Amino acid sequence: MKAEAFEPAPSYRGTELMLYLDTLPKGTHAVIEKIEQRAPLDPIATRLEELGFVPGEAVQVVATGPMGRDPIAVRLGTSRFALRRGEAARVGLRTAA
Amino acid sequence: MSSTASTQTPAPSLHIALVGNPNCGKTSLFNQLTGSRQKVANYAGVTVERKEGFFTTPSGRAVRVLDLPGAYSLDSTSPDEDVTRDVCLGRHRSEPQPEMLVAVISATNLRLHLRFLLELKQLGLPVIVALNMMDEAQRNGLQIDVAGLQADLGMPIVPVVSLNRAGVVPLLQALDLPLPAPPPPLPAGIDPHMEVRRLLAVHVVDPSAGKDRLTDRLDRLFLHPIWGPVILLVVLFVMFQTVFAWAQPLMDGLDSGISTFGQIVLKPLPDGILHSLLADGVIAGAGTVIVFLPQILILFLWILALEESGYLPRAAFLLDRLMALAGLSGRSFIPLLSSFACAIPGIMAARTIQNPRDRLVTILIAPLMTCSARLPVYTLLIGAFVPHHTVLGIFGLQGLVLFGLYAVAIVSGVIAARVMTRGVKSEEHPLLLELPPYRRPNLKSLALGLWQRAVMFLSRVGTIIVSLNVLLWALSSFPLPPAGAPGAAIDYSLAGRIGHLMQWVFAPIGFNWQICVSLIPGLAAREVAVSSLATVYAIGATDDGAADKLLPLLSTQWSMATAFSLLAWYVYAPQCISTLAVMRRETGSIRTVLWAAAYLFGLAYLAAFLTYHITRAITGVP
Repeated sequence: MKAEAFEPAPSYRGTELMLYLDTLPKGTHAVIEKIEQRAPLDPIATRLEELGFVPGEAVQVVATGPMGRDPIAVRLGTSRFALRRGEAARVGLRTAA
Repeated sequence: MSSTASTQTPAPSLHIALVGNPNCGKTSLFNQLTGSRQKVANYAGVTVERKEGFFTTPSGRAVRVLDLPGAYSLDSTSPDEDVTRDVCLGRHRSEPQPEMLVAVISATNLRLHLRFLLELKQLGLPVIVALNMMDEAQRNGLQIDVAGLQADLGMPIVPVVSLNRAGVVPLLQALDLPLPAPPPPLPAGIDPHMEVRRLLAVHVVDPSAGKDRLTDRLDRLFLHPIWGPVILLVVLFVMFQTVFAWAQPLMDGLDSGISTFGQIVLKPLPDGILHSLLADGVIAGAGTVIVFLPQILILFLWILALEESGYLPRAAFLLDRLMALAGLSGRSFIPLLSSFACAIPGIMAARTIQNPRDRLVTILIAPLMTCSARLPVYTLLIGAFVPHHTVLGIFGLQGLVLFGLYAVAIVSGVIAARVMTRGVKSEEHPLLLELPPYRRPNLKSLALGLWQRAVMFLSRVGTIIVSLNVLLWALSSFPLPPAGAPGAAIDYSLAGRIGHLMQWVFAPIGFNWQICVSLIPGLAAREVAVSSLATVYAIGATDDGAADKLLPLLSTQWSMATAFSLLAWYVYAPQCISTLAVMRRETGSIRTVLWAAAYLFGLAYLAAFLTYHITRAITGVP
């Protein structure tokens, strides 16, 4: 399973080096650092926050889609959500210590 | 407020609304409270389902309860959530603000559901919190300090288990008490997420936090990159096999029941116009459609069970990329799957798609997903023209052909969507779908759901279908042929003339005039086409041929090319009038509806034309 072992480099967005949910390897635990707005009043970012994607929450990717590893299934506390990678790319992370 | 007087005479009636996140068990609570005393309709102007029910509390207080659409927030992103927000805020045009809200939250997903509860707290309405799925929470070892949480929130909390009658008794008792005071709003400057975190830290002990639950273990299998799609395919395949195979004995039973009924009822009547009207118009017409009730119910049973079990969103997850090929998102999967039962709920389910373009395309291709009303036509023609072989020992050839028809429709839908979304500026299509915990479907909810479908179907049979058949009977009976005229009587009737005229258009695709006649009422409701054929042939045949003779009749009178051509026609068949009406209401545009009708008609004609000529070439029949 070469695809599983492949670990993409953290992406450069903005000025700092940060890991985002779309590139978080399956199974790794991480904590949400921030939600980025792609546009003023980005509805997707707002909905993510309403669904509980807020700084300080623990997340884990539990499954990836059968084609192109998109979308991803994420466990957030006691809930699970399916997100496309584009949506997940708004969620900035720090890895859990 | 409470006095001894209020316990002696029943308290005045109460108007409440159930509010909650999707997947909080709100609908099963609603079903448990109201049983079959439900009214399902639409909100004026929008096709959001409005579910209202009635029940009485132990002390005899009459309660009217509205089941509001599930929402994650009052900051709405869909027409469904609009309704919930407007009703809660008392802003809805036709719906008065309820006197009290029953906020349903799941004990197993407090982090998500408490946040919405905090929003409801700001409304200034009395709120009772129904803390649902307490049984499941206890199994997970979750400890909730209900009294402490209640005091902290300032709202009464009633633990309930919506799966059985005993589980909702505490809520019924709470509704007998005087209305609670509206909860105090959250002080300004407090972040609701922080507040939820605080509430959980203070009042909830969750030893299973972060541990694998059953859902996680099942997800490893069902969302597996290889096993997931394999399982999905097997589920869909078995679904269609059972629709065809399991329904057969029930359908045969119904069929013989109806013809026995017809013989007994009509025996005392003398031959003549009235006998012909009842036998050929009413009983043959309604009978041939009622026979398909088992098949339609089995299909709905599957869809309801998959929905209740939590598997449907997983299927949307697995198929998201495939839907992306069609330019859509996995969210379109659920509306499209519902369209296999009927395009109307399917088109209505499309309202959960936030992206307007995705929503429109989903609505436009929904009629291509073979609805259950087309099954009667498929069943009849497959039964008449496809041999009853077994393939690979287990699969019936007839079932395989049926599966193939569905597959062709799906592929066409994908291509149509692809064409429609091509060239449009690509924007982001949100998926953002909750994957709820797996649950065993609740038998009572399934039974209620099926009951509602059965009533809907039978009332259609009783109204539209019977009246159309009587109309068709009249068209096919009058004017009467001149005495001693040769040939079948229907040849001289109005229907015969219309059919012969339509043949100019339909002869190139192999339709005879009887098919043309039956296509007319088929526009009103697709399943009528079968009963219309029965009517046309019953009258056209010299003897008093009843509906059950239709099958052998067709296999002798039609060529295989004609039968397959009609099957192909029905894969794309221009929709029934009700579908077009719902489409009009959903999109608010006549042009869209006309365009949809035109493109489906064109596809149907093209497919039937090709099928007819290819089959003729293969079978060698000129």
